[in-house]
Amino acid sequence: MNTAGTLFSSLDPTTGDLAGLRARLGNSAAADQLVDVAVTTTDSPVGTLLLAATELGLVRVAYVDLGNGVDGVLEDLSTRISPRVLEHRSALDPALRQLDAYFEGSLHQFDVAVDLRLAQGFRRRVVDNLRRIPYGRTATYAAVAAGAGSPRAVRAVGTACALNPLPLVVPCHRVVRSDGTPGQYAGGVEAKRLLLALERRSG
Amino acid sequence: MQSFEQVVAAHGAAVLRVCRAVLGPVDADDAWSETFLSALRAYPELPQDANVEAWLVTIAHRKAIDVRRRAARSPTPRADGPLASTPMSDVEDSLTLYQALQELPERQRLCVAYHHLGGVPFREVAALVGGTEAAARRASADGIRALRARLGANRHSALTQGASR
Repeated sequence: MNTAGTLFSSLDPTTGDLAGLRARLGNSAAADQLVDVAVTTTDSPVGTLLLAATELGLVRVAYVDLGNGVDGVLEDLSTRISPRVLEHRSALDPALRQLDAYFEGSLHQFDVAVDLRLAQGFRRRVVDNLRRIPYGRTATYAAVAAGAGSPRAVRAVGTACALNPLPLVVPCHRVVRSDGTPGQYAGGVEAKRLLLALERRSG
Repeated sequence: MQSFEQVVAAHGAAVLRVCRAVLGPVDADDAWSETFLSALRAYPELPQDANVEAWLVTIAHRKAIDVRRRAARSPTPRADGPLASTPMSDVEDSLTLYQALQELPERQRLCVAYHHLGGVPFREVAALVGGTEAAARRASADGIRALRARLGANRHSALTQGASR
């Protein structure tokens, strides 16, 4: 908002100036325990991902090339957890490294602390069941519904998968239709196909 | 409520311009950092309809005073050059602008920075620097005029535009 036109243009920060200051802010804020939700974004073979963690662990993995993008996810975290959301990449280093290894095919089981507060009630039961589907295998929506104790809630399982707060880490991509077709996915059907193929190759 | 990350993304550049105009390029970084750290602390209690940028500039105003006081207490020369991170092509321009800003009376510099760079309405600028709204408006106009005179006629048109706000 430079209402004096070019007069003040030499005060304009470069992208590098601001990136440096923001990285420093993330570190100072984390040291003062002011960051309730640390976030970062990363590129992946299935598109840009936003990762978020609380002090308890990884709380959100989101596909941000779709839907409301980064802003939508940030506003959701702000509303549902705390407005003190800030980029602090080093808080997410373990998850980032494991995601890299997963996409290389060398990691078959994520080992990061998770905070599942964004999945409550029936959706939480579904998430717990999804975590038991082994790498390289699939389960049907009906089987997951039965595993969650509500065999007739097949559609609700579909919703729970779509709203899974931790896709990839909680492997909702391993849930497929009874006819063997992949079905829907939060990251898009193409991403789901890619992940299933990756796990078949590397399993 | 917007996440604080979005607040930094939306207003980080404007707040840095304000800090640079008020303090110069070196101390501006410290003031910016302290402003956003302090803002993060208070952010959950900020009313939904608050003017976020004006709120940030208010915090920056206090932090700039702190930074200046600290600098006055420790008059050791700084090891880092004042414009170390500025691209060479911009050095002359920014030196001139920074000098011109430093030569302004404090009130004029603050009124120009808070209104023209921070987007703060004159009524709130007056609350920050003291005096009436009309006086703040006058100080800002005088400041812009002085900068224009100092920096030469080549920026004439841009300045006329800016001063009309």
